Amino acid sequence: MSEAVSRYRDPAGESPTWRVLLTLVAVAFLAIVVILPLITVFYEAFRKGAAAFFEAFQEPDAIAAIRLTLTVAAIAVPLNLVFGVAAAWAIAKFDFRGKTFLVTLIDLPFSISPVISGLVYVLLFGAQSYLGPILKSQGIQIIFALPGIVLATVFVTFPFIARELIPLMQEQGTGDEEAALSLGATGWQTFWYVTLPNVKWGLLYGVLLCNARAMGEFGAVSVVSGHVRGLTETMPLHIEILYNEYNFAAAFAIATLLALLALVTLALKTLLELRYGDEIAAGRKH
Amino acid sequence: MSRSKRLLGLAAAGLFASLLVAPQVLADTKLLNVSYDPTREFYKEFNAAFAKDWKTKTGETVTIQQSHGGSGAQARSVIDGLDADVVTLGLESDIDAIASKTKKIPADWRKRLPNASAPYTSTVVFLVRKGNPKGIKDWPDLVKDGVQIITPNPKTSAGGRWNYLAAWLWAAKQYNNDDAKIKAYIADIYKHAPVLDTGARGSTVTFAQRQLGDVLLAWENEAYLAKQEFGDGDFDIVVPKLSILAEPPVSLVDGNADAKGTRKVAEAYLQYLYSAEGQTLAAKWFYRPAKPELVPADKLTLPKVDVVSIDDPIFGGWKVVQAKHFDDGGIFDQLYKPGK
Amino acid sequence: MTRWRQPSILPGFGLTLGYTLLYLTLIILVPLAALVWRSTGIGWSAFWALAFDQRTLLALRVSFGAALIAAAVNVVFGVVVAWVLVRYDFPGRRLVDAIIDLPFALPTAVAGISLAALYAPKGWIGQIFAPLGIKIAFTPLGIVIALIFVGLPFVVRTVQPVMAELDREVEEAAATLGANRFQTLAQVVLPMLVPAILTGFALAFARAVGEYGSVIFIAGNVPYVSEIAPLLIVIRLEEFNYAGATSIACIMLIISFCMLLIINMLQMWSRRRYSNV
Repeated sequence: MSEAVSRYRDPAGESPTWRVLLTLVAVAFLAIVVILPLITVFYEAFRKGAAAFFEAFQEPDAIAAIRLTLTVAAIAVPLNLVFGVAAAWAIAKFDFRGKTFLVTLIDLPFSISPVISGLVYVLLFGAQSYLGPILKSQGIQIIFALPGIVLATVFVTFPFIARELIPLMQEQGTGDEEAALSLGATGWQTFWYVTLPNVKWGLLYGVLLCNARAMGEFGAVSVVSGHVRGLTETMPLHIEILYNEYNFAAAFAIATLLALLALVTLALKTLLELRYGDEIAAGRKH
Repeated sequence: MSRSKRLLGLAAAGLFASLLVAPQVLADTKLLNVSYDPTREFYKEFNAAFAKDWKTKTGETVTIQQSHGGSGAQARSVIDGLDADVVTLGLESDIDAIASKTKKIPADWRKRLPNASAPYTSTVVFLVRKGNPKGIKDWPDLVKDGVQIITPNPKTSAGGRWNYLAAWLWAAKQYNNDDAKIKAYIADIYKHAPVLDTGARGSTVTFAQRQLGDVLLAWENEAYLAKQEFGDGDFDIVVPKLSILAEPPVSLVDGNADAKGTRKVAEAYLQYLYSAEGQTLAAKWFYRPAKPELVPADKLTLPKVDVVSIDDPIFGGWKVVQAKHFDDGGIFDQLYKPGK
Repeated sequence: MTRWRQPSILPGFGLTLGYTLLYLTLIILVPLAALVWRSTGIGWSAFWALAFDQRTLLALRVSFGAALIAAAVNVVFGVVVAWVLVRYDFPGRRLVDAIIDLPFALPTAVAGISLAALYAPKGWIGQIFAPLGIKIAFTPLGIVIALIFVGLPFVVRTVQPVMAELDREVEEAAATLGANRFQTLAQVVLPMLVPAILTGFALAFARAVGEYGSVIFIAGNVPYVSEIAPLLIVIRLEEFNYAGATSIACIMLIISFCMLLIINMLQMWSRRRYSNV
């Protein structure tokens, strides 16, 4: 009897041997490609002991880098949040010509090399450009200062929130909003009490990804930063500096902070999906 | 005003605020020293010493901010608007580039400070693996079969250019100025170079950390520093019989310092490099001080090397060298061809 | 004449679209226009000479070649991973599912130094291969490793939802009609996944071509051999060679735009495909 059960094979499934084999291949691949690098970050950070690890965070330049990174994210993420919501409203709730093209343009920063994202601002605001010297004479410094770093970060993280919201809001259609309006709600009330609650988890997810990316951006920021320690160095750039000063333990120590940020982002994301899976599923694609 | 408009207004205000709040409005005096790669450790200590000295002399607090990278790359940043008060770069032509492209430094800047504005000098030496397994003793050994050389990109790194010129110098003496033979030797050197990092520090990391190559052509101070950082057990330093006199110069960036009102302290900063304290620190970090008489004799530990200056007829000074060797289409571009 | 936009009773169209366009123009379009304008400023023949300089071509080849190989590897393993996650249940499946997005959330510089430490001759993985004479870090192989890392989530996350939607009755029907499992997978399941796989491939590829942070730490950065195009842009910039930097950037920009169009077409194809199923 039990033999018969175990011999039964789902015609639309693989044999147990294949199942185990494929699962092992998948898990091994992920272990090597994703998990091992993650472990390496923590291993290298603590290789010289916990004292060396904590010492890395006492360094004034490291503290300045952490502060700058937080500042940049605190400016860049809200900017992209407002943009993302506005763009999603216009694109998801209305039909107009050229919509597909507009979406393609919003996607553009995804496939542009971060180096180019930085370069464009150097060309636009550098001392060799037309705008640079004019702004400079007004005492405004763009590149090699906070504004340039913010701009490069905004460019790189530009599509994240919009791309998360657009499919989600499209999926939900306009029925709820129309009902609210016909009941006498103002446009703002409709958005605040009808649309927003419907998309809030997707929105939160978009903000999380945008934030992780904003804090970790390297290429674009590297081009516009000027690398002044303690002033225009974000955490990823500080990691590179420490790495180049043979201070590998400290470099990996700062890296653990960013790795933790990534892990927290993933944990929150998983939690959101477990609880509000259906709402987010539509916006799952990156 | 509706809330949505207020929100948009807020976002716009945020954008503009971020554009306007450039971190320039600062209470204490701040100096920005834009420097090249291997000076990191030296300036870290020197800056603290100067700030202390300035405080006792004037009562003012001064903070020195540092930026490091390949010398050419750093000059590019200053040309692009990085607000350096002083530049302390790896060679003359990088400061010349700033002077000619931005007019923020007068053309005769070299005459303003002693020793042609080079407060310390250095030379090019070889860093090899412990026990020198490939038996590299002098320039001809570099191009033996199976030897891999690590040296930075001469286009972006001052160290890279000094290395190139030191090799050129040896070949010029060896082959009696026979151009074809010198070029063949230089081309051979770069055939043995698997990596060209953009800065001297990048090359050291490649050699010491990434374990690539058999010999690192390096600034003398960078070689000693690497030996010290990684523990004496890993590397040996080989001093070639003949090398180049590398003079990393310093200058005030007049345009920036005047705009920021920091000229006085910036000039004092550069002068302090020539003081007994500055010179002793330079010696401590393996530079050869311009005024060795100010340094206690026991701090002068570097061995004697036979060096030739860039102003020697073999080269004819930096202006000639830069144009002939390193500008686009120059000799380096002609000689440097795909690896293997 | 058809209307430019469909009528709707919802408010705020003008405001939101206006803001979207303004912000898009300021942050993305004007800077990109500056790039294109600067590179046309040097004249066609000069642009051509710079863009098709041998070192540029080889850097582009390294970038595209490595991205292609990495995306191909990701397609093979990414499809297996997605299949296992969708069809099988095993302890820790949730965790595995969550960790897929790590490369997306982990800063590239962190990935770069970590991979370099891992694959260097003295690293955990590097020391396995070093005695065999295989060097991974600081060779073109290292670039491929880094690009596999950054591209993985794109393939898995594109294929996974489509797999979840697959109608299993079709597979059962194939089995009843006498097809063995392999035939069913190859001839029934795979064709249904093709648009999603291609989209995932294109996304991973597009991302990998422009990748910089994770690659520079693990690549040898040897000109003509393991120098990627974005690095060459940075090097040109550091050499004061603005014309060189902008011309390479311009070529990459054109290619990115084409990639994006292809991806959009693939997505339209796959939407049509799956809405018919």
